Amino acid sequence: MTAALETTNLLRRFGGLVATNDVSMCLARGARHALIGPNGAGKTTLINLLTGVLAPSSGTIRLDGADITTASRSRRVELGLVRTFQINQLFPGFTPLQTVGLAVSRRLGLDRNMWRRIGSDPRVIEGSVDVLERFDLIDVMNRPTATLPYGKQRLLEIAVAIACGPRVLLLDEPAAGVPEGERGEIMDGLAALPADVTVLLIEHDMDLVFRFADRISVLVSGALLLEGTASEVAADPRVRAVYLGDASHG
Amino acid sequence: MLTNLFDGLAYGMLLFVMACGLSVTLGLMNLINLAHGAFAMAGGYVTAVLVNRLGVPFFAALPLAFVASALIGLVLERTLYVHVYRKSHLEQVLFSIGLVFMAMSGVSYLVGSEQQFIKLPAFLANRYEVLGVSIGAYRLLIIGVCGVLALVLQLAVARTRFGAQLRAAVDDPVVARGLGIHVDLVFAATFAVGSGLAGLGGALGAEILGLDPTFPVKYMVYFLIVVAVGGSAGMTGPLVAAVLLGVADVAGKYYAPQFGAFIIYALMIVILLWRPQGLFAKAGGR
Amino acid sequence: MSRAENIALAAASLRKVSAVRAAEIAFWLAALAAFALLPDQALLLSEVTITGLFALSLDLVLGYGGIVSLGHAAFFGAGAYAAGLLTKMGVTDPLLGLALSAAATALLGFVTSFLVLRGSDLTRIMVTLAVAVLLKEIANRIPGITGGADGLQGVAPGPVLGIWEFDIFGQVGFGYSLAVTFVLFLIARRFVVSPFGWSIRAVKENQLRTSAIGIPVSRRLIVVYTLAAAYAGTAGALLAQTTQFVSLDVLEFHRSANLMLMLVIGGTGYLYGGLIGALLFKLVQDAIANITPEYWEFWIGLLLVILVLIGRDRIEAIPRALLRRLRGATP
Repeated sequence: MTAALETTNLLRRFGGLVATNDVSMCLARGARHALIGPNGAGKTTLINLLTGVLAPSSGTIRLDGADITTASRSRRVELGLVRTFQINQLFPGFTPLQTVGLAVSRRLGLDRNMWRRIGSDPRVIEGSVDVLERFDLIDVMNRPTATLPYGKQRLLEIAVAIACGPRVLLLDEPAAGVPEGERGEIMDGLAALPADVTVLLIEHDMDLVFRFADRISVLVSGALLLEGTASEVAADPRVRAVYLGDASHG
Repeated sequence: MLTNLFDGLAYGMLLFVMACGLSVTLGLMNLINLAHGAFAMAGGYVTAVLVNRLGVPFFAALPLAFVASALIGLVLERTLYVHVYRKSHLEQVLFSIGLVFMAMSGVSYLVGSEQQFIKLPAFLANRYEVLGVSIGAYRLLIIGVCGVLALVLQLAVARTRFGAQLRAAVDDPVVARGLGIHVDLVFAATFAVGSGLAGLGGALGAEILGLDPTFPVKYMVYFLIVVAVGGSAGMTGPLVAAVLLGVADVAGKYYAPQFGAFIIYALMIVILLWRPQGLFAKAGGR
Repeated sequence: MSRAENIALAAASLRKVSAVRAAEIAFWLAALAAFALLPDQALLLSEVTITGLFALSLDLVLGYGGIVSLGHAAFFGAGAYAAGLLTKMGVTDPLLGLALSAAATALLGFVTSFLVLRGSDLTRIMVTLAVAVLLKEIANRIPGITGGADGLQGVAPGPVLGIWEFDIFGQVGFGYSLAVTFVLFLIARRFVVSPFGWSIRAVKENQLRTSAIGIPVSRRLIVVYTLAAAYAGTAGALLAQTTQFVSLDVLEFHRSANLMLMLVIGGTGYLYGGLIGALLFKLVQDAIANITPEYWEFWIGLLLVILVLIGRDRIEAIPRALLRRLRGATP
């Protein structure tokens, strides 16, 4: 079986600094995989390499077996590699319905149409309502995004990504800035993802990581320290020293 | 050939003195101020009125032009500009175009729309032959004054306490504020000095640039080129850019008059595409 | 609520975005009435209509695409010279001339769109400004073709559709400009409420998010810039045909600057802003010019300064609030 997402010897230099060092990862279809690491470990650089914001200095990226190392950002999304952002990236003047609707139109390949009116295709409406319902955004679907409370905006950030119809979903600290009490809604939305969607979760909150992920990769100084199941990682002395140790000693 | 180089140098030095204030306002407050040329024009007109109508000697009028433009700059900065720093670039464009329109009409109302000629002291019309190069006394004066100014500015930015505060404020206004630097005052002072220098440049350059109410629009592109090409990281970039522009413009008009200013504009587009932060910007600078 | 109800609700609110409002019909009926009832103002109204179309094209770039351009007159001027030269080369049919001029400026827009794709607002402002002064410099330097500073004389288009000759009172010119503007407006209106149009608004709202949902940002900007160039070129061509003269003035910086002012007065991002702004600008300009003919620009400048200091949002809210009251609905 081909891997949903696979990197081979991925390397990225910034001048003399190696930000991503020889990273080879393999995510099986439907995996719930987490990527953890201390600050400055190169998690953001890795995401940028995967989504095509940065080009790798060497190495390859494969999505469902197809080489996407040099594919454009929009092409990767088209192929099903979708991300969310650590800091909300939304359309402040759009309503959630318009935002999600645009993503659904894009997924259905209708976004290049210059003549139809938006909302004239029932598939777009239905697809949008499905996503909005799942993330509990129906009540606010006609309010401008800028006026929504932060928790709702955070949900929308994930809802837009889901609306793109991902095969592989990169979640960059989805719970960042969300108070403990409201994290449940985000987790519920993620738990309801179809089983064949592969998820790579980048997160600081260990609690969330251990609840969500079956497998965990630990990134330190741009290189993979180890990969294993949640309990293996939690038990590994090196992880305790490098990562968890930071918290207990410092 | 060398004469052209000399004329171009004088022209470039003038452009530098007029535009250096703009490079700082753009770099420091990220303010798009298309009205910068209006301050240069103000200096030119102050000199014209003082010299031609009130009989003030030319050399006494020059510092007055600086002071007048600096004062206008200071007042406008404290009353109007201070409100637009945080507005969008579009609004800054609209605002400064509004000021340009007002300045242009205001000047034609007060002085008239015809071109102004400042009565220069007779000896400035002299020409000297040095090693076969014909050197005009007036251009020599420009190069001298502007050269000294450029040197003083360079030293002021690099060596003085104010310069250090200015550099700190450019690098990171938030941190600078935290260090107890009055960023607002630093900027007001810089704006005033920049306007004053523009005014002095306008006074000095009225003779070779021509002085009429369309001045701010006519030279707007040139000022922007100096800033765009020179970057806003220091004084050296704009100086080199201004001199290159001056020499290229004079040479272009002399050797390829059929192209006019075409080459300059085309060159600017190419440079902006090639190095959007300016030819001499430090990497990662803004 | 049930899923079916939610779907109906969602469909209704999306439909409302593109619904034709009563105020819009009133607007165009008023324009038609002006044509029928104000024949002695035809020259003036024709100019306003053409400027309105020109401002509408800037709205596509600025209000929808979010590109601050200070050189939009480049396309207006190019269209004007293209139309003028075409009649001199024997293409006297106005509509054919219009189409060819639009195609030529679309090509120019396409080529120059690559210059505004990247870079900050400042870079874009300077590049657009530079393109406009560059074109003016060219037009100035080839008097053999453009007439140089004297302007292009002897532009003589044939009758519209082979029926209506352009008259000196501008009646045909106004009708022709109004009809062309109306058709282009309808196309633009359809365009901006299409999925493609929404993806362009999305680019203005947030480029990062737009590319993250898989929409190629650069390609969208190229398309809208090219389309806007064609619209601006058509406006310029209309001016050349109806006034039968082209001067270097069509490429002036003032034209680009005033255009931006009109659009901002009328409001960006809803297409009518350009048309309303052009009319308001003309009325204000005439009113001021009546009092002080030489210095009207001072007051226009003052208006701009005040507009910015008070805040565009607050001022833009006024016509929108009026519009809302007129149709008693939300946007």
